Amino acid sequence: MLSEVLATAPTQGTGRRKVHGMVKICLTVNGASVNDDVPDNMLLVDFIRERLKLTGTHVGCDTSQCGACVIHLDGESVKSCSMLAAMADGKSITTIEGIADGDKLHPMQEAFHQNHGLQCGFCTSGMVMSAIELVTNNPDASEQQIREGLEGNICRCTGYHNIVKSVQAAAQVMSGR
Amino acid sequence: MYQTRYLRAADVADAAARLDDDAKLLAGGMTLLPTMKQRLASPEVLVDLADCGLVGIEDTGDAIKIGAMTRHADVERSEIVRQAIPGLAALASRIGDRQVRNRGTIGGSLANNDPSACYPAAALALSATIHTNTRDIEADDYFLGMFETALEEDEIILAVSFPKPEAAAYAKFPNPASRYAIAGVFVARTGNGVHVAVTGAGDDGVFRHAAMEAVLNISFTPAALDDVEISSDEMISDIHADADYRAALVKEMAKRAVIACGE
Repeated sequence: MLSEVLATAPTQGTGRRKVHGMVKICLTVNGASVNDDVPDNMLLVDFIRERLKLTGTHVGCDTSQCGACVIHLDGESVKSCSMLAAMADGKSITTIEGIADGDKLHPMQEAFHQNHGLQCGFCTSGMVMSAIELVTNNPDASEQQIREGLEGNICRCTGYHNIVKSVQAAAQVMSGR
Repeated sequence: MYQTRYLRAADVADAAARLDDDAKLLAGGMTLLPTMKQRLASPEVLVDLADCGLVGIEDTGDAIKIGAMTRHADVERSEIVRQAIPGLAALASRIGDRQVRNRGTIGGSLANNDPSACYPAAALALSATIHTNTRDIEADDYFLGMFETALEEDEIILAVSFPKPEAAAYAKFPNPASRYAIAGVFVARTGNGVHVAVTGAGDDGVFRHAAMEAVLNISFTPAALDDVEISSDEMISDIHADADYRAALVKEMAKRAVIACGE
């Protein structure tokens, strides 16, 4: 009976009562507040894609290696396939859908566009999110630092050459050069 | 991933109270969650340590003390660590990739004791002390084999202390996709002599290499390692490298670490 479940369900540290293997989460997504009840075992990437319908973030592997799922959590890049939605409670996330300024592409997006930094596009949202953090932290990144800094993102199409060019071009714009 | 129950512990006591056969501690999740996704682990309860106040880096005089939930990215960037044990900051900077470093923690790494992880080599070579909620464990007593540590079922790592060495460095030959060590060697020169800890190569987890330590204690140079025999018995053979190749890599990484100590 529901009342029995409610009576015996333990409270979490955050004081939320759990019923039927669900947990309440409240987070900011691309600047907007979101509240939902999610299964405890729901991955953040699945929450983003299936609950929020933000399908620009991709699932590319089973092994947490490809980086197609990279988003920003409190401003830092993370693999959303390797986090539970519940772990994002109280946090702020940014997805690929959240980085443009209205109709104006983010400089990183513009650079990938101008420099042919994508072919099939499947790795691209993750690449863009990782690259934004890379350039933000290291505006003068060398080619080697860019190649190493993107080691969490795998591309099967491009051979990385134009991805690196795109990131270098974006770095110029983002640091106002 | 099978069903599970996720909860955030309010503090360490709360976390300890919730630990039983069916519960596992969740730190960064960079190992546990991928493992659960592959259904190789299915704890009924996940106890998240995020709110337990275990983040922080402190210079205690003789040592650097790092809170268990401190992320690799924080160790990498810490001025305290870079000053006192730059080899440790460098090791942290090359774990996994940027996204892993933004989530993964030192406590999680040591509690898991993956035979190809980097931190176990640092802890063993630097004679670290693992501080838990019930006792202090010296590194030499802590690593019991592949994925096995001295931790009891209800024991939680709170922090790790690394005594400051005279010089220390880590050299790793990484798997190009996962960046785990195919062979990683941490060399530390301390008041108690030279320690050489090897990860990624041994089939029973991290270990100290007595023969390399002996020659380096006499002559701390890469050339001193030339004539040391690195046995490939008890080394891992897999699709990435066979035991003989790993043995060769161990020697090469040891030499590079010795050179890096001098820089």
